[in-house]
Amino acid sequence: MSSDAGMQAAPQGVLISNTSVSTGSLPTRPPSHPSPPTHGSDDPSGRHPDPPTPRTLPTPIRPSAVGPQDVALIVLAALASFCLVWVVFYQLTFLTGGLGFLVCWYAGFLALTWLGTSQVIERQVATDRVVGILVWSAGLLIVGIVVFIVAWVTYKAVPSIHWSALFTKDQKTLTASDPNLLNHVGVLQAIVGTLEQVLMATLMGVPFAIATAVYLNEVGTGRTARLVRTVVTAMSGTPSIVAGVFIYSIFIFTGVLHYSGFAASLALVVILLPSVTRVVEEVLRVVPSGLREASFSLGAPEWRTVWSVVIPTARSGVVTAVLLGVARIVGETAPLIFTAFGSQVLNANPLVHDQGALPLVILSNTHAAQQVLINIAFQAAFVLMSIVLILFVLARYFSRTKSKKSGRAPTTEDDTLARIFLPIPIESAPE
Amino acid sequence: MTIELDMHPGGSVGVTPTPITPNREYSMPDRIYRRGVQVAGLGVLALLAAIGFFLINKGFPAFRVAGLSFFTNSGFNTLGHKATFGVFASLIGTIEVATVAMIVGAPVAIATAIFLSEYAPRRSRRSLIALVDLAAAIPSIIFGLWAIFELQPNVVGLSTWLSRHLAFIPFFKVTSPPLNASIFIAGLVVGIMIVPIVASICREVFSLAPPGEREAALALGASRWQMIRTVVIPFGRGGMIGAVMLGLGRALEETIAVTIILGGGFLYGPHILQHGGTTISQFIVVNFGSGGRLGTQALLLAGFTLFVITLIINLAASSIVNRSRSGAGVDL
Amino acid sequence: MTTYATTPPPPVPDDVSGLGRNRGTNLSGEAGQIDADGVCAWFSGRLVLEGVTLTMEKSKVTALIGPSGCGKSTFLRILNRMHEVVPGAQLAGSVRLDGLDIYGPGQRAMETRRHIGMVFQKPNPFPAMTIAENVLAGLRFSRVSPGNKDELVQASLTKAGLWKEVKDRLGELGGALSGGQQQRLCIARALAVKPRVLLMDEPCSALDPTSTLRIEETIKDIADEVTVVIVTHNMQQAQRVSDYCAFFLAEENRPGRVIEAGRTETIFGGPTDQRTFDYVNGQFG
Repeated sequence: MSSDAGMQAAPQGVLISNTSVSTGSLPTRPPSHPSPPTHGSDDPSGRHPDPPTPRTLPTPIRPSAVGPQDVALIVLAALASFCLVWVVFYQLTFLTGGLGFLVCWYAGFLALTWLGTSQVIERQVATDRVVGILVWSAGLLIVGIVVFIVAWVTYKAVPSIHWSALFTKDQKTLTASDPNLLNHVGVLQAIVGTLEQVLMATLMGVPFAIATAVYLNEVGTGRTARLVRTVVTAMSGTPSIVAGVFIYSIFIFTGVLHYSGFAASLALVVILLPSVTRVVEEVLRVVPSGLREASFSLGAPEWRTVWSVVIPTARSGVVTAVLLGVARIVGETAPLIFTAFGSQVLNANPLVHDQGALPLVILSNTHAAQQVLINIAFQAAFVLMSIVLILFVLARYFSRTKSKKSGRAPTTEDDTLARIFLPIPIESAPE
Repeated sequence: MTIELDMHPGGSVGVTPTPITPNREYSMPDRIYRRGVQVAGLGVLALLAAIGFFLINKGFPAFRVAGLSFFTNSGFNTLGHKATFGVFASLIGTIEVATVAMIVGAPVAIATAIFLSEYAPRRSRRSLIALVDLAAAIPSIIFGLWAIFELQPNVVGLSTWLSRHLAFIPFFKVTSPPLNASIFIAGLVVGIMIVPIVASICREVFSLAPPGEREAALALGASRWQMIRTVVIPFGRGGMIGAVMLGLGRALEETIAVTIILGGGFLYGPHILQHGGTTISQFIVVNFGSGGRLGTQALLLAGFTLFVITLIINLAASSIVNRSRSGAGVDL
Repeated sequence: MTTYATTPPPPVPDDVSGLGRNRGTNLSGEAGQIDADGVCAWFSGRLVLEGVTLTMEKSKVTALIGPSGCGKSTFLRILNRMHEVVPGAQLAGSVRLDGLDIYGPGQRAMETRRHIGMVFQKPNPFPAMTIAENVLAGLRFSRVSPGNKDELVQASLTKAGLWKEVKDRLGELGGALSGGQQQRLCIARALAVKPRVLLMDEPCSALDPTSTLRIEETIKDIADEVTVVIVTHNMQQAQRVSDYCAFFLAEENRPGRVIEAGRTETIFGGPTDQRTFDYVNGQFG
């Protein structure tokens, strides 16, 4: 049923321009009107005239998928579910419990949304809506938990912090019953310990990791390289506790080393190495081979090419990988138990004697009976979390720099900072 | 260079020279460089071998004492005459925690991945992705801290609810309250902890789904969910399976958060809602330092067990992912 | 043309969308007419198409021709509401299918796309589904039961000119076919939902000449039941296949517009506008 919206169809079904209908004269002849084509004249023939200047454009719109009807459906479903569950819980007392109420309300909300939408609109839209709600809930739940944890640790730690003591005192004078404890007790030994262990692990592990990545990407060929790559993959999944137990079994159990910061850093290297290797390898792979070829054609030896061309090009990526690797090992607790052992006294010598570390302070004070000790745990947690946050933000900044330098728009792959924590590589499709 | 005479059909004789592969000559600095990085690569091989070797080597005496009963006994009685120790209870507990973690975490992770890749508003997408990735960076000890002070008190209520109203399911029956320090709560935390890892992999995989097929589905009148179900998820199947297996590996090895929740638990059984329970990594941490020489050897053996389990799972996951269509943009 | 059982379609319940449920048992689907009025398109704030007013007659083949980059594909995608899938895309104007404004309030894009189908430049069958499942995919989305599935698959594949080649291997995966076959499979898939209009975005540009001719035959065959709107760079193809033509052009730094539109013979034989004349005579583009 065509509407007569102002368009009268001529018997031949002609479109807008009703020029003379020449029946099939194939040889083309130039248009009978003089050229240049008329601009801006009001041509009654209905040809498409050029728009007058200045012209008024209609306002652009973007069709929205959600209209008032849809919003109403969802809100009604939420309210109805609430009432229903309230009746079941409190009037009929079939079920009880706060969290249970929430769970039942959510289930009812989903069911009612589906029912309502499938009645009013249609089933496909109903399923689509419900899935949309589920998916949004999941995303917001995780994001909410993360934000909550960060805020919560801050909230529990900061009020009880004596800033002058936190970073400058250790726990030598710790007596739990002392009311003024936090004036003269801090986590200095833990901070120093963590810094030393992480620094040593980084200094030992990063060059090793970069060298391995260079081997895998630039030098290695054939079965050996593939084996090494598989092994790196396998190692990234090694539990951190196994790394700690391993170092313990080689060095401490046998008496070669004492519990020390150095032993801890060895364990941390075992964890750091595979992750950084993998990410750096990926970063190196993305460096265009044209650069290498240009360098070779200029006569540069291979090592020079890698040192002066490939690695600098990948520099931000490498920095990101290192930052994330450090962020990962900073928070590791399990390996430290077996290697550094923890200490309440400042020990700046990483080579001998037990050394403290932030995660260990948290661990030993979590189950404490006295509130003061719990406060210490939270303060250490706050410091630890701040370190991780700073590293994370820095890593994100550098990964953006990487994409800015290469000129392409930052893709979501650049944001996969969780990649460093993945046991296995997921390589994206080649660009 | 040899010259071979070929008889072509038609009787003509052709001359086919054998190809020469030119030998690449490296200068001395290059040879040092190449050898150096090769050593680094092989060093990694050596490191892995060393881990396996030393753990089994140092822990072997314990195996000699206990034999295969190491895997069927429980407890840590290593001093005294008749030493009985074993990881049986811990194996059970590890499986239970991992199961709870997977049931809770995998669906949430996949839903989160779909959210980030398909539903999140364009402008906030990068920030949301960063926040989820940040969750992967939060140290497990902080998760443990949060779990014991915030999560546990609330979940105990849910556990009570479950044990009262769903007690017909054997797992939810409670034979001895209290309900804190339970496998269920530990599994919940671990489940939350694996979400960012699994979600991150799935999200990357989903974003690789071919846009041509997406358009085809939409042009046929599919809703967004139908399009996801027809195009994105089938495409990402391999990646999803691999991601879930990785989550499983992570759940099996999680130490600190589990230890904080379970404490020194050592019981085992199907009642996951009540206190008690032990996992292999918790077993190692809790018993470290006690039990004399034999005890330490037993712990090393337990560590070796854990190492082998996670190794197998991670290797399997890696091969599944990289053989699938979604991981197939890769040349391994 | 195959005939179906002649039972009338069951009564359609009160329908909010107004377009009517597209029943699989809809006999000899009614071809529809599209009237576009003053259609404009923006991408991230940049105007790319301006003031397109065009009628695509029912049961006829309309070709959109013009050099690349002047908005033909954009216009096509506005016709079945695929334009809004792109982030940052906006539009203005009205598009009516048989009188109903498809962008009107309460109209869902999903519903529109069931009545206005599309075939893309690069063939995109679903690789995880078999050939038969591919053909029936659209019906699965709209949850319409197709009556006799096998008949429908055969009918659609026959119309697309693919039946003889694949009738013994309907269980094979859709990705196992050659390029030309895949495109014909996509056409069959689009036809299976009995749309009123079929939009084709340069469907033959990635194919070999034999497949191209096959598809052109298909277009001529289906034109009675389905209005066809085809974007093409190939002027000979436009002449062979279409009844009406619209010539798009985007002059320098200006958004694309329709310069001239009319019967194909006119556009190619005696166009009114100099620019049209230049284009169809190969002076540019």
